Amino acid sequence: MNARSRNGALNGGALNGGTWNGRAWNIAGLVTVGVVGLAAMIGLPLVLELSSLLDVTVYLILAILALSLALVWGYGGTLCFGQSAFFGLGAYAYAIAMFNIGESTIPFLLAIVLPAAFAALLGYFMFYGRISDVYLGVITLTVTLILFNAVNSTAGPEYQIGEARLGGFNGIPSIPPLNWPGMPDSALDLNDLFYVSIVLLMAVYFGLRWLLVSRFGRVIVAIRENEQRAGFLGYDARLYKLATFTLGGALAGLAGCLFANWGAFVSPTIFGLGQSAQIIIWVIVGGRGTLIGPVVGCIAIQWLTAFLGSAQLTKASLAQVVGPTVADALSSVMGFADLSNTSLILGAVLLAFVLLVPRGVMPSLLDLARFLVRRRPADALADKAERAT
Amino acid sequence: MTGPAVLLETVDLGMRFGGVEAVSDVNFRLTEGELRCLIGPNGAGKSTFFKLLTGQLLPTRGKVLYRGRDISGIETHEVARLGIGIKTQVPSVFDGLSVRENLWIAASRGRPTRRANEMVDEILSRIALAGSAQRTVGQLAHGQRQWLELGIVLAGEPELILLDEPAAGMTHEEVVRTAELIREINRTRSLIVVEHDMQFIRMIASKVTVLDRGRVLVEDSMENILRHPTVRDVYLGKRVAA
Repeated sequence: MNARSRNGALNGGALNGGTWNGRAWNIAGLVTVGVVGLAAMIGLPLVLELSSLLDVTVYLILAILALSLALVWGYGGTLCFGQSAFFGLGAYAYAIAMFNIGESTIPFLLAIVLPAAFAALLGYFMFYGRISDVYLGVITLTVTLILFNAVNSTAGPEYQIGEARLGGFNGIPSIPPLNWPGMPDSALDLNDLFYVSIVLLMAVYFGLRWLLVSRFGRVIVAIRENEQRAGFLGYDARLYKLATFTLGGALAGLAGCLFANWGAFVSPTIFGLGQSAQIIIWVIVGGRGTLIGPVVGCIAIQWLTAFLGSAQLTKASLAQVVGPTVADALSSVMGFADLSNTSLILGAVLLAFVLLVPRGVMPSLLDLARFLVRRRPADALADKAERAT
Repeated sequence: MTGPAVLLETVDLGMRFGGVEAVSDVNFRLTEGELRCLIGPNGAGKSTFFKLLTGQLLPTRGKVLYRGRDISGIETHEVARLGIGIKTQVPSVFDGLSVRENLWIAASRGRPTRRANEMVDEILSRIALAGSAQRTVGQLAHGQRQWLELGIVLAGEPELILLDEPAAGMTHEEVVRTAELIREINRTRSLIVVEHDMQFIRMIASKVTVLDRGRVLVEDSMENILRHPTVRDVYLGKRVAA
């Protein structure tokens, strides 16, 4: 059996919640995420300094972006190579609107609506034009690269939208922060942004969980499994895919808005190849067909990137993490200079995952957990009885 | 008009692929409540005809009328919404999902969840898969997948059901059970069955249309078909070497 159908089996069991077992796992998962999320929300500001809290905030923001692709690809089956297009559009829409309006309610909404509308338009031509999966990847990738080049070449002073100068490859600096709705004078400080980000991340996570057990969610998974059959049953697959893609665009735009807030800066690299690839890597490492997987994958990889980038990686510091033997081996194999090469190590991580854990971390861990629980004698008996019926 | 109403009709239906006329001048009529079998040797145009009926192909000539409405080449999901259920040759099911979820997806379109759940339970027992409701469809035996697909089609409560080789790859017992199921379905619905297996067609005993080289060769009851000399030549083993 291939990885995809095993993956689907996991969803199928979890989604229909028919057995008590499946339902129990679902509830356990939701409670765990809720508890961990709340604990992080209350605990992290107490234990972390502001600079570390700021690092965590960007992980949370990018996790929303990861969730947008988890929906579109992991559940909808549409491999969008250019999720960064909507992320970037959200960031730019917020920045440009903010300079012109000054109060953040409308810019915030625009940062969601504009990428969603763009996704809807792009999706309309792709899905109703019956573009096949491979070309869909190519087109979405091309779109984000076109946006990259287009925005990159707007350095001149003539490229100005109202009060906002696009700035080309220099990007837009000093973007005004979000304020509480309707109160332009009470801007969010960095602590507030952390709270807003974690609350929105949880809202998006639980919202998607709800969506996926709804009829709409079950149908998009069915379409992923067999589009022809869904059509034979009267479901218009194009419409469902378009709706999923548009929602994915909206969520990526939301993440883009927060990202522009986080650094008060946005530049064309947000549309770049690196950014697009990264989102896919989060989902692959975390696990397609789950929501928590891409969140975990995103946070873990961002943390690793930051760690590799900041820690001047010496043999001694490496030895503290992986032990002296491994550090020796690594340094002799790779040559010492390469150990501090972030991209190289990230590449190795991705390769390792694709080859060794093709389904991603979370599906494998969940299966392991199920296996361990089932090994209990009472459950093994129940399992036997279940199989016998 | 006398007698039962015409449900499905094709008028001078033709389909040409390049230089090959896969289906030509087919005038086919199915009345309400009928069970019709469609047979023919390999390459007779059965599959093409089937795809023309289901909107998967746009005919190059003629049209397909369902209750008098032209449905040639309309979208697959619209065909379904008109009340036509389709079972394909290779079982088209949701492999990664559970048996129950498969049926639920089929039953829930246009139905409230509670009613859909009842429907699923009813069909599970009808297709003898109640014990496997939580299993992943990819793990089922071939015969079970065929039944599941029948169940999926039934869950949509179509008026007309098109079955492409419903007994393919089944054991004898499974074939017998499938024939029973089809006769039972025919009490309330019209069916078109495309089949290879003459044994199976004899079990469901109905009017048969024989296709050969894209045309309707003959249309008659099973007994007469078996006696028909041309049919024996083209189809039943005594093929004349061309």
